Amino acid sequence: MTITDVVQMTATGNKGVVELMGRLKDRDALGAFRNRLKEERRGQNRRLISLCAGSGCAAYGTAKVYRALNEELTRQGLQDEVEVKLTGCHGFCEKGPIMVLHPEGIFYPQVTEAHIPEIVEKTVRIGELVEGRLFKDPATKKKITHEKDIPFYRLQQRIIFGNNGIIDPTSIHDYIAVNGYRALEKALFDMEPLEIIAQIKQSGLRGRGGGGFPTGIKWESCRKHEGERYIICNADEGDPGAYMDRSLLEGNPHAIIEGMIIGAIAIGSRSGFVYVRHEYPLAVKNLTIALEKAWEQGLLGRDILGSGIDFDIQISRGGGAFVCGESTALMASLEGMPGRPRAKYVHTVERGFRQGPSNLNNVETWANVPIIIDKGADWYASIGTGTSKGTKIFSLVGKVVNTGLVEVPMGTPLRTIIYDIGGGIPRKKKFKAVQTGGPSGGCIPEQFLDLGVDFDELGKVGSIMGSGGMIVMDQDTCMVDVARYFLDFLMEESCGQCNPCREGIKRMLEILTRICEGNGREGDIELLEELCDMVQKFSLCGLGTSAPNPVLTTIRYFRHEYEAHIHDKKCEAGVCKALFHYEIDEADCTGCGLCARKCPQEAITGEKKKPHRLDQEKCIRCGICYEACKFDALVIR
Amino acid sequence: MERAIDIDFQQIDAIIDRYSGNPEALLMIMQDISDIYNYVPKEVVPVLSEKLGVRESLIYSVATFYKTISLEPRGKYIVNVCTGTACHVRGANRVMDALSDKLHINEGETTGDLVFTLEAVRCVGCCASGPVVTVNQETHGGLDSSKAVKLIDDYRRRADDSDGEQRSG
Repeated sequence: MTITDVVQMTATGNKGVVELMGRLKDRDALGAFRNRLKEERRGQNRRLISLCAGSGCAAYGTAKVYRALNEELTRQGLQDEVEVKLTGCHGFCEKGPIMVLHPEGIFYPQVTEAHIPEIVEKTVRIGELVEGRLFKDPATKKKITHEKDIPFYRLQQRIIFGNNGIIDPTSIHDYIAVNGYRALEKALFDMEPLEIIAQIKQSGLRGRGGGGFPTGIKWESCRKHEGERYIICNADEGDPGAYMDRSLLEGNPHAIIEGMIIGAIAIGSRSGFVYVRHEYPLAVKNLTIALEKAWEQGLLGRDILGSGIDFDIQISRGGGAFVCGESTALMASLEGMPGRPRAKYVHTVERGFRQGPSNLNNVETWANVPIIIDKGADWYASIGTGTSKGTKIFSLVGKVVNTGLVEVPMGTPLRTIIYDIGGGIPRKKKFKAVQTGGPSGGCIPEQFLDLGVDFDELGKVGSIMGSGGMIVMDQDTCMVDVARYFLDFLMEESCGQCNPCREGIKRMLEILTRICEGNGREGDIELLEELCDMVQKFSLCGLGTSAPNPVLTTIRYFRHEYEAHIHDKKCEAGVCKALFHYEIDEADCTGCGLCARKCPQEAITGEKKKPHRLDQEKCIRCGICYEACKFDALVIR
Repeated sequence: MERAIDIDFQQIDAIIDRYSGNPEALLMIMQDISDIYNYVPKEVVPVLSEKLGVRESLIYSVATFYKTISLEPRGKYIVNVCTGTACHVRGANRVMDALSDKLHINEGETTGDLVFTLEAVRCVGCCASGPVVTVNQETHGGLDSSKAVKLIDDYRRRADDSDGEQRSG
């Protein structure tokens, strides 16, 4: 059973306490319905257990835990006293599967089937904590009981992402009960379209997909153009290492739907599309369910809440092409064509999808819209920095202790994100760089750790915000290999229609590959820089013009690593197999024998409790011994 | 390897009807066909062309442009090794090497018995759980070389079991 099956089961089986009301015919009906939902929830005296069913936790086995929990509750006769809710991503994916017991907010990380009987027996039945299951703060070694007290959460400001851990994404009632669709009411009945646009402009909201273009200005110019206008949500989250859009779609799809309807009212559109990756099956499923529910309740489709406004949303599934994140390519793909970008002499807000004025925003941008309308532009603009307002969700991944999704105000220093929230680098290794912005971004070295992260500050150091991927790299990451990795990605993903991108990236990749294989030549760095300049200046779309960023930033900040590869034939990080070897430091080796047992080549030999030896002839540099050694006796030379 | 397969053209028609014969839905129609056969059999191309009113050349163009579509038969289990950045820095290449060794095929190839196809995917969005491998719609996180190899054994057993069921049933 996969997690999508489980979601399907709960979506059809659990209709909630309030029976389906059918179409809500006007604003008052929605208001009354919301009050009833809230009252019924207040009146309930049941314990609520929320279990994260986001993709990260699902990969660690949520489906099995969910089944075991329900079986155990039934076995102990507690099934009527407890409600088990599968929620979207809580963000702390490193510790999945995550279970939170309400009302106290008791947090149990990394729950497996085996832990369930004890949790039910103690915490559910008599309210006693299972000490052994509590989260242990790696910094202080102290146990923390409540979700809100964990440093990872405490330092965040989760205005967009906060509801993910509370609501069942397949229940529109859950969303309405937390004041969902209240902003839509306001936009429909209290505001003129131009007022909505003015609010979005005043809020300072900028596009969360990468470019950071002011959202209100985009809406305004789309509205000015005549024709059948289209509203599009870009959910083709292709940046490797970024998954906040996936988590929002899976965990809180109604927020995106509500944002799109508000956009449609402001711009004057009857038809919307969500372009979502086929690789995100759970996002597709939850969004499909959410659209059906919104439609059933009269919040989508004809005559929304009796306002006379019609708007509908369709889902289009992308086919795994990174370039389709580019607006013109995405629209070509929506039309059933290969997703090749076109030159933007005419912007898509004037002529885009089906030749009509088309307004494209990213998932996270749409999710910001209801909050701005509900709480007001001034409130929103009070969060963030001078030029970047609001919060941003980052996916903090790679070589960092607490990986997961992190939502912080714009301007939060990198150091706070990586060290205070992220808990620093695992295994006492040394920080080397943080990569932001995906393949179009750059690598930021240690000297800029105090940089406050916003659109402009990242640009100053040669990187970009992108969609918010933040990949932490430590001493074991080779920066030349990182550049090679991104170019390999971009070469595969280049659509191939313009020469600078198709040929330029390929040639750069050849140079980087030979450097990594130990065949780097004098003048290679300069040649790379020249090619970067050419690809940047002459490529047709953003994929090509930003492709040199990973190369340029690694040369700028880690030139010594390139030089060591080319001149000394050394890869100090121990990644490029031709440029290093492992040795056992006899002074540190305790002779525990772990490396010898793990070595697939039987290259390590030695007597127990005596320093071991490594046969260089047999070693294939797979790194298993290096990873396994607890005494740092294996060294890279 | 060419194998004759039975194509249920009524089912293909039903898929096309689901999208009201809209040519804009070409990619999604091919994805739905792939969900049944694990690839898009060449025999359906003329049908799509006629029913959707698009040239066959466009169908091939779309089918070859997008990664989720294959015109070659693929295995019962499509093993996708995530090679996103987060998985990459945590050793996805070692997982790929181990799977390639175990299955005796390279990336992009299918085993002779049509049970496994090994592919690389650019990020499945489970970055905190990396290295990650997906097998059809199931996601497996926190892998290393030895766990990945074990995973193949599990699916091999599953394939054998369902074969047995089919024979006895």
